[in-house]
Amino acid sequence: MLLNQNRELNLKERFLHLSFIFIAFICLLAIIGCMTLYSVAGGKMQPWALNQAIRFGLGILILLIAALIRPEFYYKIATPFYLFTLALLIIVDIAGHIGMGAQRWIHLGFFNLQPSELMKIAIVLELAKYFSNIPIESIRSIKGIIIPVILVAVPVALIILQPDLGTSLMILFCAAALFYLAGVQWWKFALGIGAVTAAAPVLWHFLHDYQKNRILTFLDPERDPLNTGYHIIQAKIALGSGGLWGKGFLSGTQSHLNFLPEPHTDFIFTTYSEEFGMIGGSIVILLNLLIITYGYWFAFRIHNNNYFGKMVILGLNTNYFLYVFINIAMVTGLLPVVGIPLPLISYGGTVILSVMASFGIMLSFYVNRDRELKK
Amino acid sequence: MKKSNHKLRLLLQRSLIIFSLNILLLFTLIGRLYYIQIYQGEKYALLSDSNRISMQLIAPPRGTINDRNGIELAVNNQNFQAMLITEQCRNIDRLLKIITPILNLSEDDIIRIKKDITHHRRYVPVKIKDNLSWDEVATLMINNNNTHGLIIDEGLIRFYPYEKYTAHPLGYVGAVSEADLQKSDAPLLQVPGFKIGKSGFEKTYDEKLRGHEGILTYEVNAYGRIMREIDKKEGAKGEDLNLTIDIRLQQAAYNAFGEESGAAVVLNVHTGEILALVSVPSFDSNLFVDGISVKNWNDLLNDEKTPMTNKAISGQYSPGSTFKIVVALAALEAGIITPKTTSYCSGRMKLGNHYFHCWRHSGHGHLNVVSAIKNSCDIFFYETALKLGIDKISEMSHRLGLGETYDIGLDNQKQGVIPNQKWKQEKLKKPWQKGETVIAGIGQGYVLVTPLQLATMLARVVNGGYAINPTFIKQQNPPEPKKLNIKPENLEIVKKGMFEVVNGIGGTATRAKLKIKGVQMGGKTGTTQVRRISLKERAKGIIRDEDLPWKYRNHAWFMAYAPHDNPKYAVAVIAEHGRSGSGVAAPIASKILEEAINLNIE
Repeated sequence: MLLNQNRELNLKERFLHLSFIFIAFICLLAIIGCMTLYSVAGGKMQPWALNQAIRFGLGILILLIAALIRPEFYYKIATPFYLFTLALLIIVDIAGHIGMGAQRWIHLGFFNLQPSELMKIAIVLELAKYFSNIPIESIRSIKGIIIPVILVAVPVALIILQPDLGTSLMILFCAAALFYLAGVQWWKFALGIGAVTAAAPVLWHFLHDYQKNRILTFLDPERDPLNTGYHIIQAKIALGSGGLWGKGFLSGTQSHLNFLPEPHTDFIFTTYSEEFGMIGGSIVILLNLLIITYGYWFAFRIHNNNYFGKMVILGLNTNYFLYVFINIAMVTGLLPVVGIPLPLISYGGTVILSVMASFGIMLSFYVNRDRELKK
Repeated sequence: MKKSNHKLRLLLQRSLIIFSLNILLLFTLIGRLYYIQIYQGEKYALLSDSNRISMQLIAPPRGTINDRNGIELAVNNQNFQAMLITEQCRNIDRLLKIITPILNLSEDDIIRIKKDITHHRRYVPVKIKDNLSWDEVATLMINNNNTHGLIIDEGLIRFYPYEKYTAHPLGYVGAVSEADLQKSDAPLLQVPGFKIGKSGFEKTYDEKLRGHEGILTYEVNAYGRIMREIDKKEGAKGEDLNLTIDIRLQQAAYNAFGEESGAAVVLNVHTGEILALVSVPSFDSNLFVDGISVKNWNDLLNDEKTPMTNKAISGQYSPGSTFKIVVALAALEAGIITPKTTSYCSGRMKLGNHYFHCWRHSGHGHLNVVSAIKNSCDIFFYETALKLGIDKISEMSHRLGLGETYDIGLDNQKQGVIPNQKWKQEKLKKPWQKGETVIAGIGQGYVLVTPLQLATMLARVVNGGYAINPTFIKQQNPPEPKKLNIKPENLEIVKKGMFEVVNGIGGTATRAKLKIKGVQMGGKTGTTQVRRISLKERAKGIIRDEDLPWKYRNHAWFMAYAPHDNPKYAVAVIAEHGRSGSGVAAPIASKILEEAINLNIE
């Protein structure tokens, strides 16, 4: 019986073990995203909605492939993938340094690869692998966390240099969650936060002017109403004027009349909520909560001996949560505008593909939930 | 195994904590949505509307001004403007090169257009040229393949089809000035390009003609570009103004002057309706609508014939011999003379140690009042005035309407001067002299009247003594004019005198008889000295008036009425520096009366 449970599944069995409800929720959000893009374009499929649908189709494909791959694969590639992504980050930084200013992408002809996006997955895999292989005593010792701190600090520093404040913070938060899950004591976090706070004035000095502006504007939106603060004020007007039920599909005036900044990317949630009101906005938040809840369910459900898998699922899930929370919090004025998109809804290829790949990896562990990981 | 369990338990415990935190944070977001969308929703809904909704006033069409037969004297013409929308234009230089020959654009125009383009947002239309002709519009339409971004905008512009003929009473409209804005806070005045009345009836009746603004509500985007119309409240066209003028008579009166400078007023003697009021020369009021050029303005200002002055109401002239009618009536009414009273004219009269001359140096012999009017004898009226005294003359002048202004809706109406003893004491601080009564008796000295006043005086005399008031506005039920309490037989006597002037043998204006069978007119000439010929000039051989420069020559008056049997029209004509009432002013007056009778204006 035990042996039987540990049996490897064939491809068809693995497919049937997928959580189709989970995938359905994802599709529902993507449909809402395409509808909103259709509306922003003034009731047209071009230039965004159709592209987004195609990318999402590609994303589904990636999700399925990632889900049907055996979980052992992810354990095996964790370290090489991490190093590879780190190398890409260094290349991007050097290219940017040499003369093209801010640089976040590697142009691959048909596709712009954003290494910082890959790093969000790579760091989770690498930390999960590290923590799964050391005993709890090591984790709870100072010596045991020196390596993982370096594993996090190096890519975060490279991404800050790009400069991409939002992504580096996301990786930092995600890593912190993994440290916490692995059993690192509270007081070490307090120490870390203390250290960062002490270093803040020094870090402030290294920030770009536009980054300083964003943080200052967040602290006082009326400071510069026609420039950075204008975005937050107009976003609030869009949301607020939506009311309970919204202005109706295709009837959002703030976005259609260009008062909203980037109504199809980072600020798409305001566009959507202007048209569908608090009801529509809450539905999107609750759908995301359902997806996240499923993620936690996956982590609980898989085999207890698969510590690596649980860690990966929780890490990627936290990553997704951070996307959703930071984006909505920033467009509703709870957090500074740091340039984090709303996955599945915002227009943009890289995020959709990386999020779908994450979901695929989570599913891969879930599909093989009844057996141990063969290291 | 135990250690591994501890590690796993920690993971699961802590993942529950993080999960709870996730739920908490996501519900915080929903709370945030509630705060912004429901709690503060109304505030943001208002902000959203003020963001996107803009309003614009639409100027209503101005009321037209019509003559008594409904012929339009001031209209709103379609005005075609060539405008350029920069963002739709592919190559501005090429476009300007194409349209420059079509629209005759000057270097200055091109510079202004290029400046406007750089000063406005790319979707704001820039004016290229106003008042396009049909030919220009048609040529631009044909070329529209090469002229992307060029649009032809249709608007309304005030137009005065009778130009100089109506310029004086009608006035003109012009752009709203700073001063206008300070006087009135009417929102229409803020509309770009809005025109208001600047003179004449256009000014007096401006609010009536103006109408009520329409309001266009539209949605704008973040850059101020108009996206769509939300609501359009149509304005109300201004009220039309119907005048008593007959444009045909107005034109005839103007043309009757030929090269002369002067003014004429034609009244219906029973109603006081002004049938024509001209001041010659005039100007083209259309020049002012879009702002007059400096050159045109200077030409008008420097013309010695003062085209900008409405001489019919602002020109004050000595009435000369036309005033004898007033003196005769005053004397008859006072009982100082009767129709049978005669005087002897020897050509001069001595008062103290000063001689007053008759215009006819050889004298007229014995005359009664009728023949004194017919011959315009000065001696008769010197003597009559002396007997009468200046105050009686003054009183009759005011009764007949001299020295008064009228509610005709035009600015710059002058009062003239009707002197009496009190007036001189107050104005000049000197007592009245008898000699001044003598010359006042022939309408010289201090006495000044306007053509409008003289026409009114004549109308009151020939209509049977009714105090009609001149008016430009047709009234449905005009009030019955007051009686002046002048004996009808006395009015008949002066009328007979005026009849003799034109129709009697040896009358002063017999050449001016009407060329219409069965219709006779009466009238009175007047010639008034502008300046005495000085001794120096006499020494140079200048003895006659026509030898003097134009501006020093005598003014010529003629006032007339017709038909004599049942008077209907009264006209007063002044030919400035026209030298002779009978030779210059009388023919003009008879031409005008002939036209009035032919038109049979009701």
